[in-house]
Amino acid sequence: MESTIVKSVDYNAYFGDNHVVKNVNIDIPRNNVIAVMGPSGCGKTTFLRGINRMHELIPGATAKGQILLNGEDVLEMHPIFVRLKIGMVFQRPNPFPNLSIYDNVIAGYKLNGIKLPKAEKDKIVEHSLTRVALWKEVKDSLTKKGSFLSGGQQQRLCIARAVAMEPEVLLFDEPTSALDPISTSTVEELFHELKKNYTLIIVTHNMQQAARVSDKTAFFYMGELVEYDATKQMFTNPKDTRTQNYITGRFS
Amino acid sequence: MTQLENEIADIKAEVVSMWYLVESQLKKARTAMLHFDRDLAREIVLKEKRVNAFELKLDRDCENIFALYCPVAVDLRFLLAVLKINNNLERIGDIADGIAKYVIESLSDFDHKLFTNTELITMFDDSISILSDTRIAFEKEDTILARSIFKKDEVLDRINANAIKKIEDCIKTDLGMINDALYVLSIIRKLERVGDQAKNIAEEIIFYIEAKVLKHNEEEAEKD
Repeated sequence: MESTIVKSVDYNAYFGDNHVVKNVNIDIPRNNVIAVMGPSGCGKTTFLRGINRMHELIPGATAKGQILLNGEDVLEMHPIFVRLKIGMVFQRPNPFPNLSIYDNVIAGYKLNGIKLPKAEKDKIVEHSLTRVALWKEVKDSLTKKGSFLSGGQQQRLCIARAVAMEPEVLLFDEPTSALDPISTSTVEELFHELKKNYTLIIVTHNMQQAARVSDKTAFFYMGELVEYDATKQMFTNPKDTRTQNYITGRFS
Repeated sequence: MTQLENEIADIKAEVVSMWYLVESQLKKARTAMLHFDRDLAREIVLKEKRVNAFELKLDRDCENIFALYCPVAVDLRFLLAVLKINNNLERIGDIADGIAKYVIESLSDFDHKLFTNTELITMFDDSISILSDTRIAFEKEDTILARSIFKKDEVLDRINANAIKKIEDCIKTDLGMINDALYVLSIIRKLERVGDQAKNIAEEIIFYIEAKVLKHNEEEAEKD
């Protein structure tokens, strides 16, 4: 049986008085890819950012309930520790423009003041870039700036930066929306590889992407988790009319 | 309505048109057989090409929707069901065509005593009625009517099962009937298949509307 790695219990998120995520209860199994979808403003990104406590970085943002990582409430943990365990990749590739590819990969260690011997750093860089299928493409240009890479390569570099910290969970907020179809396909292939070692939670507006890459799909609407089921089930026979209307484009 | 909804509505209208054509072919096959009307039989054979053209067009239209719209959920189930219904309707068209060809081939009118003894006319009427019921079930998305097909198909199965004995009895009393008897038996076999095709169609209608797979699941079909 699959074990649960992330569990939200009666999770609520607010921006001031605006209640944007309402009483979400969800179990996320280890080494699965979970797609989170829903119309704009449904609370999916807020929920995602709540998982690694980035939600609270916004002034006036608050949260109630629990997000459990391996049974421990992340709201009780130190945020930095949470973000080491739960990495995040954003919509637009955002490598540090002034850092080399090498330094981008180990930026998490530097920023957290973790000093490593050169051999150890080399190992992490090679390992992380291999995991994101970028090593062969950049191994001879590790000293070049990350911003010299193509959009797809930059996004994989950002994933490598997250992977370098050896997290357990990786959060992706519309990770391919700024990429061309070829780069999108490369990143999607990567998800299949990454899930062998990590649990992936992906917010996406691209329903076909959700169908292609995820094991389970969660559908949010007006802050509520409407339906959460195996992706195959959701895309062939959704239980809730709202889900059916959304995925078939009949939403009004 | 979204563009996909429009496309699906067009496909539905197209399937219904094909259904009417196939129903008309089967009705004409009955008349041609009953009145030994060879001209009508020839008309059926000619119109079979239209049935085939419908099948090809529907296949192509469904393929285009799959490629262009990536349908999911009820839309996906609808198109998958249409592909199979299309195939079943085309086969029923072939059956009408086959019966018409028997009328053309036969040297003289069939012995009507065989029709009465084997319940062939009842079987023909039931086949046409079942086909028409499946169309109504499809048009109105009526799964209760679709489920009623399973029971009606049993009548055709029973007539088919009893046919050999009845034909045998007829031949025993009049050896001159052998030729006609073989035609009648072949027609009965064909009509039994119409029942099977209609049952397949009913299963597809239920799959499309309720997302339930009844194929190869007699118990579930009866329970439902």
